[in-house]
Amino acid sequence: MNSDLSSFASLAPAYPELILAVAALALLMAGVFLKNSSSKLAGVSIGMLMALTVLVIFQPATGVLFNGGFIQDDFARYMKALILAGSAMVMVLSVSSARENGLAKFEYSALIVLATLGMLIMVSANDLMVLYIGLELQSLSLYILAAMKRDSAKATESGLKYFVLGALSSGMLLYGASLIYGFTGQTQLDRIAEVILLSDRSIGVLFGLAFLLAGVAFKISAAPFHMWTPDVYEGAPTPVTAFFASAPKVAAMALLIRLVTDSFEPLARDWQQIVFFLSVASMVLAAFAGIGQKNIKRLIAYSSIGHMGFALVGLSAGNLVGVQGVAIYMAIYLTTNLGLFACILALKNSAGYVENISDLAGLAKTRPFVAASMAVMMFSLVGLPPLAGFFAKWHVFLAAIEAQLFVLAVIGVFASAVSAFYYLRIVKTMYFDEPENDFSPVPGELTFVMAIAGFLIVTYYLTVGRPLVDAANFAALSLF
Amino acid sequence: MIISSNILTILTFLPLVGAFFVLIVPGDDKVAINNIRRIAFITTILTFGFSLIMWSMFDATSAGFQFVVDYKWMGDVIGYRMGVDGISILFIVLTAFLMPLIILSAWGSVKHRVREYMVAFLILETLMIGVFSTLDLAMFYVFFEGGLIPMFLIIGVWGGKRRVQASYKFFFYTFVGSVLMLLAIMAMYWYAGTTDIRQLLKTDFPEEMQFWLWIAFFASFAVKLPMWPFHRWLPEAHVEAPTGGSVILAAVLLKMGGYGFLRFSLPMFPDASLYFTDFVFVLSVAAIIVTSLIALVQEDIKKLIAYSSVAHMGFVTIGIFSANIYGVQGAIFQMISHGIVSAALFLAVGVVYDRMHTRDISAYGGLVERMPRYAVVFMIFTMANVGLPGTSGFVGEFLILLGIFQINTWFAFAALSGVILSAAYALWLYRRIIFGALNKEALKSILDMDRREMAIMLPLIALTLLFGFYPAPILDATNASVVALVTQYQSTIGALPLDALAQ
Repeated sequence: MNSDLSSFASLAPAYPELILAVAALALLMAGVFLKNSSSKLAGVSIGMLMALTVLVIFQPATGVLFNGGFIQDDFARYMKALILAGSAMVMVLSVSSARENGLAKFEYSALIVLATLGMLIMVSANDLMVLYIGLELQSLSLYILAAMKRDSAKATESGLKYFVLGALSSGMLLYGASLIYGFTGQTQLDRIAEVILLSDRSIGVLFGLAFLLAGVAFKISAAPFHMWTPDVYEGAPTPVTAFFASAPKVAAMALLIRLVTDSFEPLARDWQQIVFFLSVASMVLAAFAGIGQKNIKRLIAYSSIGHMGFALVGLSAGNLVGVQGVAIYMAIYLTTNLGLFACILALKNSAGYVENISDLAGLAKTRPFVAASMAVMMFSLVGLPPLAGFFAKWHVFLAAIEAQLFVLAVIGVFASAVSAFYYLRIVKTMYFDEPENDFSPVPGELTFVMAIAGFLIVTYYLTVGRPLVDAANFAALSLF
Repeated sequence: MIISSNILTILTFLPLVGAFFVLIVPGDDKVAINNIRRIAFITTILTFGFSLIMWSMFDATSAGFQFVVDYKWMGDVIGYRMGVDGISILFIVLTAFLMPLIILSAWGSVKHRVREYMVAFLILETLMIGVFSTLDLAMFYVFFEGGLIPMFLIIGVWGGKRRVQASYKFFFYTFVGSVLMLLAIMAMYWYAGTTDIRQLLKTDFPEEMQFWLWIAFFASFAVKLPMWPFHRWLPEAHVEAPTGGSVILAAVLLKMGGYGFLRFSLPMFPDASLYFTDFVFVLSVAAIIVTSLIALVQEDIKKLIAYSSVAHMGFVTIGIFSANIYGVQGAIFQMISHGIVSAALFLAVGVVYDRMHTRDISAYGGLVERMPRYAVVFMIFTMANVGLPGTSGFVGEFLILLGIFQINTWFAFAALSGVILSAAYALWLYRRIIFGALNKEALKSILDMDRREMAIMLPLIALTLLFGFYPAPILDATNASVVALVTQYQSTIGALPLDALAQ
């Protein structure tokens, strides 16, 4: 009896995962037995995800569990808090439009919870096998979510595309993992580092590393593994797109950081080259490819590719400041994206939801609050001070300059100048053009999300900036 | 004590508080709009009042920073640091002085989206005062670059016909110029371990590093100032912006470039500044001559004044990089004076534009018959723009020419030709608008300036003449800081033996 209790208490670092796993199963059962309960179940899931966010923030239980397969440290706590909050907010965003988007099913809540569980496992994975389980749990849930709107050819296409390409990337990742296991004889991340340190730098491990990173790069949609992103973002229902663009990116980035700083720390020079290339390719490609886009969701897809590139600038530096910078970047990116999707979901007219940038014409007159929030998000994505987006870029470029990566930094800032063009075009359409459309009233919860995100972004320097920097510093320290 | 340590914070953020109140005024009817205007006006007047209090408390005999605030914020990197010295204080007063006039000038000309207009200008005021009062290099960038957002919207929303192109050009020129400065700021942080400007002023950067840092800062300030050939955005932005936007652009935003050269390029990178001195002189002289010639052929009043601004800024850069007391004092004086005069000129253009809705020079002529008061006002500022003795325009140009004459007579000679050219285009503009026969139908019923417009112009006239005859208030305030700056610079580059400092 005593031992049972104590061993359950010793599982404390994994409570969020355990609760989510049980909750996902309970949601499925409840969905079967309670008819027409999708909105209630969504509400329950939102409450649970938020409660878990609070739990992760305030329960500092850390440690290594399950024979070294699972690690909970300050870095994992930081990222998990972001992921849980992001998932909860996405569910809030989908409430008002659930019926139109074919998301008014109990499976939607269950799938989001399952995907979140997968992401938490990814963040805490300390073993290549656990890592793969988390990644696949997340990916499979996302494939279904993309095709959730069954009657829509576009959504089905996007789900299928995502699945085929995602399976390819999982294959690459598995191949890399098997090579690494073959050459080091280990699957546990910290043990791999020990073996690499003791032996010579073998070509097999390098191959494994390259394949592993390619697989993860696909998940964060860094160029040149970004091809699926615009199509999937465009085809999936908008709330699902919001989900794709937020929490999974954080999880995959956390996974990437842990992989390279933990297992491949002895090979820093090698992976830095790869990350450097991914970063430059993503920033430049997104900056130029975004210019021609007319569909908002495609534009956001390119924007998120670019922002992953900027975040990788910090990782290329490979130092403490860099990891701290990426952590800050992901938090700000997540907030901005959620606010942005709240704005997009708030714009509905008789013809349906807004899809094209030109539909936003004159929004500043018809819907001043939505337009103002969206303008704030856009300026923040450009990286203009004093908005949060500037500080995000400040931290990652600071790391790059410390690591003497001047070329990367110069390319980065010029890419951000080019990308400013398409962000400003949205502001221009909303503020400088004459109104054409009338929009239906904005649901209250979307206004709430917009207000929160806008407030955090505008007052970043005065309010959240300082605690966030401290928290990110704390998180990064646990990896070094 | 409480006031002296908080006055910069109050000055910087008071307009933001005003903007908040403007935002929460309920309703959209006439009463609400009047309340909005009143709130904005009172806020800017209060800010101006505080800036005068600060000036009166300022100890002009000390070269160091005063009213200093220094808090740690955001990790160990970015801090909340404020402080002014003789170089920055007058720019704050200038900004605070012009804002009420701009708000007042919008009374008649801005009819739609009044609330947003006032909010944009109040936010812009916070950012501008912040630029001049911050002592943290990263925060300087935040304020410097943050001004792009309201200005982009001001040009784009309330601008003229080709406003979209103008706002984009304004944005991209400035943004691309500044991002390099951002990287330079980071490099300086890693070298010096702080973004505190006071520490950085004492840091000796290696010569090769100075070279790159100077170029990065130059990219930003040369676009902002603007120097020829980076000035292409300015005429368009000026022409398309609403009157208030043009005023703030010419009077304050351009000065940020000059302030940046004085605050950073010269004292922090002295070796590189010396190396690039001739380069700057060539660009400045080219600006003075080329843009003056371009101004001669302009068809648009605002464009002509915009090009004349570029020419006057050429004088400023010459003064700054001649790096002696005359030159630097003259440059600061010229910037303040140009802030007053160009603001007045753009406001004067606004007066006739509000009546006729055109800025074509050819659409006017013979205004003196219907608008005698306007003719006098415009005359005073035209003369000040030319640099007639007795107006503030003269003092700055004279000091700058004295300064450059000590360094290089040829550049002085070339710069001097700019004075003649400026007389040519300014007087010709005056002749075409004010004199001549009043034979255009539309002009025959035009009304002279009303009370509100006179109220805007009178303080500007008073200051133009006051500083023309009695420049001491400005020169006294800047003297100690400029002497310190110049001595420091001269001793670092070896022009002045170090023991001269001891005497």
